[in-house]
Amino acid sequence: MKIIILGAGQVGATLAEHLADEKNDITVIDEHAATLKRLQERLDLRTVLGHGAHPSTLMNAGAEDADMLIAVTDSDEINMLACSVAFTLFKTPTKISRVRSADYLSEQAGLFESGAIPVDVIIGPEQLVTRNIEQLIANPGSLQVLDFAEGRIRLVAVKAVEGGPIVGRELQEIREHMPKVDTRVAAIFRRGGDPIIPQGSTIVEPNDEVFFIAAREHIRQVTAELRKVDKPYHRIMIAGGGNIGANLAGRLEKNYQVKVIERSYDRCRTLSDILENSIVLNGSGNEPLLLQQENIENTDVFCALTDNDESNIMMSLLAKRLGAKKVITLITNAAYEDLIGDEIDIAISPQQITISSLLSHVRKGDIGSVHSLRRGAAEAIELTAHGDARSSKVVGRRLDELKLPSSVTVGAILRKDEVLIAHDHVVVEEDDHVILFLTDRSQISAVEKLFAVGFGFI
Amino acid sequence: MQFAMATKIIGVLLILFSSAMLPPLALSLFANDGAQSAFSIGFGATLACGVVLWLPTSTLRRDLNIRDGFLVTALFWLVLGLFGAIPLWLSPELGLSPAAAIFESISGLTTTGATVITGLDGLPHSLLLYRQLLQWLGGIGIIVLAVAILPMLGIGGMQLYRAESAGPSKERKLTPRITSTAKALFGIYLLLTMACTACYLAAGMTLFDAICHAFSTVAIGGFSTHDASLGYYQQNSVLIVSSLFMIASAVNFGLHFVALQRRDVRVYGHDSETAFFLTVLILATCVVCVLLLSTETLDMQDSLVHGLFQTVSIATTTGFTTQDFSTWPLFLPVLLLLLSFMGGCVGSTGGGMKAMRILLIFRQGMRELKQLLHPNAVIPLKIDSRRVQTEIISAVWSFFAVYMFCFVAIWLALLATGLDFTSSFSAVAATLNNLGPGLGEVASNYASVSEAGKAILCLSMLMGRLEVFTMLVLFTPAFWRH
Repeated sequence: MKIIILGAGQVGATLAEHLADEKNDITVIDEHAATLKRLQERLDLRTVLGHGAHPSTLMNAGAEDADMLIAVTDSDEINMLACSVAFTLFKTPTKISRVRSADYLSEQAGLFESGAIPVDVIIGPEQLVTRNIEQLIANPGSLQVLDFAEGRIRLVAVKAVEGGPIVGRELQEIREHMPKVDTRVAAIFRRGGDPIIPQGSTIVEPNDEVFFIAAREHIRQVTAELRKVDKPYHRIMIAGGGNIGANLAGRLEKNYQVKVIERSYDRCRTLSDILENSIVLNGSGNEPLLLQQENIENTDVFCALTDNDESNIMMSLLAKRLGAKKVITLITNAAYEDLIGDEIDIAISPQQITISSLLSHVRKGDIGSVHSLRRGAAEAIELTAHGDARSSKVVGRRLDELKLPSSVTVGAILRKDEVLIAHDHVVVEEDDHVILFLTDRSQISAVEKLFAVGFGFI
Repeated sequence: MQFAMATKIIGVLLILFSSAMLPPLALSLFANDGAQSAFSIGFGATLACGVVLWLPTSTLRRDLNIRDGFLVTALFWLVLGLFGAIPLWLSPELGLSPAAAIFESISGLTTTGATVITGLDGLPHSLLLYRQLLQWLGGIGIIVLAVAILPMLGIGGMQLYRAESAGPSKERKLTPRITSTAKALFGIYLLLTMACTACYLAAGMTLFDAICHAFSTVAIGGFSTHDASLGYYQQNSVLIVSSLFMIASAVNFGLHFVALQRRDVRVYGHDSETAFFLTVLILATCVVCVLLLSTETLDMQDSLVHGLFQTVSIATTTGFTTQDFSTWPLFLPVLLLLLSFMGGCVGSTGGGMKAMRILLIFRQGMRELKQLLHPNAVIPLKIDSRRVQTEIISAVWSFFAVYMFCFVAIWLALLATGLDFTSSFSAVAATLNNLGPGLGEVASNYASVSEAGKAILCLSMLMGRLEVFTMLVLFTPAFWRH
């Protein structure tokens, strides 16, 4: 596929890296020659220097026969305009744009769905991050919550803690503990080792990061097997009242007690106007006095969401030290993520989230959702099985008969409205949505090949 | 200061006002009840004075400034009150002193409903109609005052209202200009009056009584054509109709307008002031009913109907009575009197300090408590999800303080005239809040109050109606300085 990526920032570059691996023709456009040079040294792709929305630049980048344009520059306006130019002049079939401003996003129906601004897919990183954190708060104990099939099936990452009923025991016992709950452990990441593809006899150890798939309503019970499950959260403290902080507070304030800490007094006034039930505090999350005054030791979740990584990390450590039960920290710099110790429970990377979302739109048609995990090393995808027993290598076969690479597990199957947790004896039918977990991303093409309908039989 | 403009406006008002004496005059001529001369002299004098004031200035065209606004507003009630007293004073049937006649007239125009006349049932219909008409006209004045003038002058936080009518909010923006706004509200007022008349008729009143009571109900006045007020009627349906229309008239007329325009009753629910007002009313009604029942003052049905009616009547500052509520267990009359300090909503014909101000003070108190718990918090005071400016809050606070100060000052003055403790306390509350009936000596009428006392109470009624500040500002030297 020929793909043009506009903007070689963090998201653009990471995306290019992901896609270049997958044998796509990638062209990256940016206004900074140095950035492009660095990118080209590392990856097999073409770069074009110029302003992203200019027709001549797009022309140089080969917009005439491009299949897709992904606009991820810093400016919403350039992104949207580039899509418009690509559509009008070059009839580019698929146009994906990142739009940050909540103002544009709130008028999505009028602006984009009506076709007035020809963008096929809108990626709003701040919205994605907000929803992500909201999920984490709604599912206590989880490190990551990923939706499949419009949220009916979820892939949840949980850190096993000593004292969980299944910890220190074989996985197959989980069935005996909870006969009514169907779940499948997709992978286990153990510190300092390769990912483990779990068998019934695999023993869960403390500090394992366990990924399991279950229906939405069962997640709490499964989590309870792996760790003493946190009580549902009530008190949330958010440091940083930017867009993400404000959106998050707005979404949470109906069901939780929310406090927002913001440094700028003017912004505090705006926030207190927008928010109905949250308490807006003027100050910084770095002030121990303020945190103590506001009862940090009884806070269930502390979210550090300022635009400064260092501040976020430091205030998270402080909050944890002062007694916050759980901290969620926004970290943009990927290099920092490896430095993080146990104090920070969950690190959220806006790029990761944005890229996951972008990838699911870029991959070939049959891939429903894609979630990039563990900094891109692993991936969870939703694929549709087509064809019949003769034309497909998948349809009509039991799951244990599938010739999947060793690093891939099937998590669940969505058949119409029915959720089937993948057990060996389940037979794949036509139009099933199969949710797969790849601990090694490079296996993606093998999986795609497996699911492709054989040409000879059509 | 442009006295000429003020003179012109007062002249025009007097000319218009003189026409209010025509219907009673016609009725009097028709029935030949002996009040013809009083009304003709009253009409002649008012018209003549009006023309005299208006003629020399009739060609004057200038815009009013804020000072003129204060002056005209205050003079409106004062001058009309004086001229309106003429027929009452001259009427041989009543035999009132000048002070008593002025008291009655001002009580009518300010829609207070305190009366000095006894033996209403035997009075000629023309005089009865005239009293009710005074209240009804006063009601119109209040609507215009509340919607057009007070917000412009910014009295006691009412710039809140002004800011909103100019702001982007569709809720409050009725029609763009003051004149058309006033017209629209007058339409609502007329509509309510007609609906109320029809309902009273259906509930069993005579046509004359229905019209008269509709006048005083919609104006939140409280004058009646019977000594026993609405207690004259034994039917509960009359009381329930009356309660409903008192509540409707105590709600912001602007809200009625919006609700009518959109044909959507949810407008009322979205308005915090109305919601607060109704909540307080419902709570108070429950308390009153339960207490009436538990102390066995009244039986089951009477407790509910009279409990509701009396609470609504006093809390909205109408002042109709069915029972001598001053003989109820002391807690109840005092509770009801204190409720009248809240009165109706902003932009209604009700008196008192207005539900909006009480709501603001209440929210401010809650805000203060929250601030104590979270010293660093930025907590806005919101009404209808919108921030209320600090200046408005402090204006409301100072309004509250001055209102209370006036209350105490007038009370002391009244005590000095020799009135007893309960009577004087309730008389001030009843007049300052434009309520009407008090307790003790003034429970049913004010005939026994001394002449000086009546003068003081006249002032109190005017103060209450003019939202205190409009009146007080006239007494500041700076106001008269050029």
